[in-house]
Amino acid sequence: MTPPILAGLVGAALVGFGLYGLICDPHPLRKLLAFNLVGSGVFLVFGIVARRGAAAGFAFDPVPQAMVITGIVVAFAASALAVALILRLAAASGKVTLDPRAWTKRDDGGAR
Amino acid sequence: MTASPGGALLVFAVLTPVAGILLSFALGGRAAERITLALAPIGLALAGFIAFLVARSGAPLVYVIGGLPPPLGIALRADGASATMMVAAALIVPAAAFYARAKFATPDGVAESRGALTFWIMLQAIWAALNLIFLGADLFNLYVALELLTFAAVPLVCIDGRPETLAAALRYLLFALFGSISYLLGVALLYGGYGTLDIVLLGERIAATPLVWTAAALMTAGLLAKTALFPLHIWLPPAHANAPAAASAVLSGLVVKGSFFLTLRLWFYVLPALPMAAPAAILGTLGGCAALFGSILALRQPRLKLLVAYSTVAQIGYLFLVFPLASAPAGGALGWSGGFVQVLAHAFAKAAMFLSAGVLAEALGHDRIAHFSGAARALPLTFLTLGLGGLSLMGLPPSGGFEAKWLMLRACAASGQWIWAVPILGGGLLAGGYVYRILAPALADGVVEVKARPQLSRELVALGLVGVALALAFAPEGFFEFIQIGRPLAGGGAS
Repeated sequence: MTPPILAGLVGAALVGFGLYGLICDPHPLRKLLAFNLVGSGVFLVFGIVARRGAAAGFAFDPVPQAMVITGIVVAFAASALAVALILRLAAASGKVTLDPRAWTKRDDGGAR
Repeated sequence: MTASPGGALLVFAVLTPVAGILLSFALGGRAAERITLALAPIGLALAGFIAFLVARSGAPLVYVIGGLPPPLGIALRADGASATMMVAAALIVPAAAFYARAKFATPDGVAESRGALTFWIMLQAIWAALNLIFLGADLFNLYVALELLTFAAVPLVCIDGRPETLAAALRYLLFALFGSISYLLGVALLYGGYGTLDIVLLGERIAATPLVWTAAALMTAGLLAKTALFPLHIWLPPAHANAPAAASAVLSGLVVKGSFFLTLRLWFYVLPALPMAAPAAILGTLGGCAALFGSILALRQPRLKLLVAYSTVAQIGYLFLVFPLASAPAGGALGWSGGFVQVLAHAFAKAAMFLSAGVLAEALGHDRIAHFSGAARALPLTFLTLGLGGLSLMGLPPSGGFEAKWLMLRACAASGQWIWAVPILGGGLLAGGYVYRILAPALADGVVEVKARPQLSRELVALGLVGVALALAFAPEGFFEFIQIGRPLAGGGAS
């Protein structure tokens, strides 16, 4: 088994575990962690693409590496936004759940 | 690929709102409002001039950033479809901004309020991200634009900070994150296979290999989650119904169209080499289900804003009928035109209806449909707007909705795909049902207590938007030729 294939399998496993958590775990914070797991898997795939696409004279193709850096920044910003929302939700209501039934009682008819 | 004369305008179209955001941060809350309103004529003039240049040359307008052409560099590209969408955005965003002045004014005696500053900055950010989505010609660049759009849209949902709006925003964000990471994985696979992410170059090189099918499936699933196509729609109604009215208008009218636009770009521009019959049938089936289920759920909603939000789920469904209709060997151009008129008609009608729902909720203090008796006599202009918007959603003439359905039905007939006429006509019938549910109690006898007289200017903004939706029914033939500019031949080479 060559290193790129091993890395590809690891990436696929990370994406798979992450997707499972993102869909099946009810808690928003754990969903967010699962999203980061998927993200790590995808960045690993970019790494393999960079390695395999190496042109003459280069060990790596630099373009996917630039994309990974951008992707990490975006994923970091997304995680920060989600954590901020979770914290505000916990501070405002004392509970953190996405279950719509938890929020239907306080229906004020949209009066604002 | 080389830059065309006037191509630099595309950069200005993206960067003008970005400059507005930076200035708003520097100058603070009160200035942010004035900057956003001042951007309106500039943005409209830029979008209009780009559309004029595209129409005059009959070919897409291209700008190569930094003079470095693809595959290494990044291009911006405006064709008929992008120019049309930019003009629509340049009309709806300023209308929402004008409407929001009263609610999001910085109070006297305060230098800056958090809600107001956030609203004005995010509105400009949505505009910048939408323009980049409409103009982007590089799949990774489009990924960044898609993320910017999400990051600007999510705070607008929870701007008033109530727990249920925070939960709605969080759910929206989690769906959107799934969508973006799935899209990004597809982008990685395509780059690995072809060494470029430029839409035009990929369109020329791509062949139907398992790699391309996998990438296409991943990217499409991601974009569908962001567009809220059935069955990935559950985040949309709470998010759009809980946002302030001006934000709902932009979210429902424009933001979901951003990811839909990318789905069109993906299948018709990047993947024309793939045999499209099977994926188009899947997308069309999901769209048809959305049109029917969304309408049925809209019929059951007790609150006006939720009803209008579920109607968005249904109307998004019609958009996806463009895939089977525009990729068919016959009548493809009709299907493409029908899809675009539907995008525009829904954008304007739905923005007008959300703004009207906001006027209504402020005037009555609630938006429970059961308590609307006699409301039409108290708020005639608002219910006129709701009724005319409903006319377009149902697809009755004269309205853009009718024009869209007429073109789509002609495409069905031309290509012999009669099955798609079922959701088109059935969804229209159900839309008639939910519009009747709004108007019937309002026109009945009764007395409602009007807590605050609505401002005439806000009612007129909504009426103006619905006027555009109706005017689409009279779109000249030249308009349909314009939105075909730059459209590649789809569906395995068949037109």
